[in-house]
Amino acid sequence: MGNVLAFCEFQDGALRTSALSNLTFARTAAEAHGGEVVILLVGHGAQAASASAAKFAPKVVVVDDAKLEHYLAETYAPILAAQAKATGATVVTATATSVGKDLMPRAAALLDAGMASDISKLAAKNQFIRPILAGNAYSTVEISSSIICVTPRQSEFEPAAELGSAGAVATAVAGAIDAKGAEFVKLDAQKSDRPDLGDAKVVVAGGRGMKNGDNFKVLEELADLLGAAMGASRAATDAGMVPADWQVGQTGKIVAPNLYFAVAISGAIQHLAGMKGSKTIVAINKNKDEPIFQVADYGIVQEWEKAVPELIAEIKKLKATR
Amino acid sequence: MKILVPVKRVPDPTQKAKIKDGHIDPTGASWIVNTFDEYAVETALRLLENGDSNTRIAGSEIVVVTIGPEDAAKELRTTLAMGADRAIHVVAKDDELDSLAVVKILAGIVAAEKPDAVILGKQAVDGDANQVGQMLAGKLGWPQATFAAAIELKDGRFIVHREVDGGVETKSVPVPAILTVDLRIISSHSVQNGVTSATFAYGGEGARLPSLKGIMAAKKKPMVTAKLADYGVEPQPVIKEISVTLPPPRAGGQIVADIPTLVKKLAEEAKVI
Repeated sequence: MGNVLAFCEFQDGALRTSALSNLTFARTAAEAHGGEVVILLVGHGAQAASASAAKFAPKVVVVDDAKLEHYLAETYAPILAAQAKATGATVVTATATSVGKDLMPRAAALLDAGMASDISKLAAKNQFIRPILAGNAYSTVEISSSIICVTPRQSEFEPAAELGSAGAVATAVAGAIDAKGAEFVKLDAQKSDRPDLGDAKVVVAGGRGMKNGDNFKVLEELADLLGAAMGASRAATDAGMVPADWQVGQTGKIVAPNLYFAVAISGAIQHLAGMKGSKTIVAINKNKDEPIFQVADYGIVQEWEKAVPELIAEIKKLKATR
Repeated sequence: MKILVPVKRVPDPTQKAKIKDGHIDPTGASWIVNTFDEYAVETALRLLENGDSNTRIAGSEIVVVTIGPEDAAKELRTTLAMGADRAIHVVAKDDELDSLAVVKILAGIVAAEKPDAVILGKQAVDGDANQVGQMLAGKLGWPQATFAAAIELKDGRFIVHREVDGGVETKSVPVPAILTVDLRIISSHSVQNGVTSATFAYGGEGARLPSLKGIMAAKKKPMVTAKLADYGVEPQPVIKEISVTLPPPRAGGQIVADIPTLVKKLAEEAKVI
């Protein structure tokens, strides 16, 4: 018997989409452990998100304090660890976002808990399947510590649906808040009206062959036509053509949209690791020997300069007939 | 300033993984220093040198440590050849270890060495777990700045640009701290230490390669060996690998003749637009 404590990120009074994937994993883990899901909301403004969160779990614990306005692993991890104990959790979970990846191992150390990172599946009560070697193999690990920390991979778990009735909301105090001297300075956010790369149903990604940042404009036009998020290979982000947070791959975002366009991307294993879970992959590359064609469902062997504008025109034509 | 850099050897990721008896078969693998750890060594060097004159700051020290089998001394020696000053090799079999054991050992080394910073790669490219830096920070009660794309050392603090979902976060942490580095830390101007001029551009697309002089010097640099028991660690990991499988290969796709055909197939066959 043990509960599952699900640390959930929120924004503007509601859970983030990434947190809903966490809850899908949390529900299967709660079933395996014979307990219930407890949502933990930490941060200034957590109270405002509690009513929305309560639709997804029988219990919500809120730790809201003005000193927690900006996320810091130093202040959040002790709260997560304390609440794990207070709620009788045997599994503590957070989506493998940049916050989850930063926070959860620190909390695991405080709990002396074994941790399974970036998992794709719960295999048995304490067994987890996770990709290793840039997604070229899957490892099943068993963890025997009394509390287990987990970060599920967003793209592997569907967003959870609301429950029939709202759960109970409780508040907890943060305790001593000690940032260990760490300070949040600022966040330079990439402003975009496009969907988040992690949530998008369609992704349009460009690689080294796009040559420069200006050339990505045609891909952005394609993306906006399809309501897609923009992505890129490491070669393109390293070359400064596009923002770093567009990077799809082993060390960037892991995505699994319905439709993924890989334009002028050769298909290095590190890139494939980030997108080969996509349902349908389209590759556009002038070189028919590139490895991207081995994972693509549909390949177009053409220069992007010719293919992409034609693709945009054809899709517009199709849309006009609907 | 003294910086501790833990490094791990990993099988060359460009080689195809083989499975034997349900686990990765490392026979015949060539081993390399984990790329992100190599970047961590490079970061430590850039923090503790004058890039303009290619000389180390007086009194600075870089200690590298690895935890792994006897063979792993070779990759540790590579980091000495890059410019680290001395090495600690904790000899252990890979299946005796998990991240908690590694962190316990590193915490013991930190207690003995008292570094001003521990710099690590953000993850090892074999296990892709991305745990050790954060766990060590938690265990020590030190501040952490993970996934660093740029670091500025100023007035006893590290000002770190972190690549996060949706942008770049700037976080400032005092010494001593744990830093983990991301890919772009090796860009030309990513590390600013206030000694090397701000306009100085590091070249190349990766960490520095050991020079011939560096390789010769590394042979004489001290490397001490230790064992798990020295840090009170029992070879009983709580995280155990049950099995490893290779994913089924993706069914082969088709080359489509032209764009109109592609759009037709996407609409009618795949039904995704």
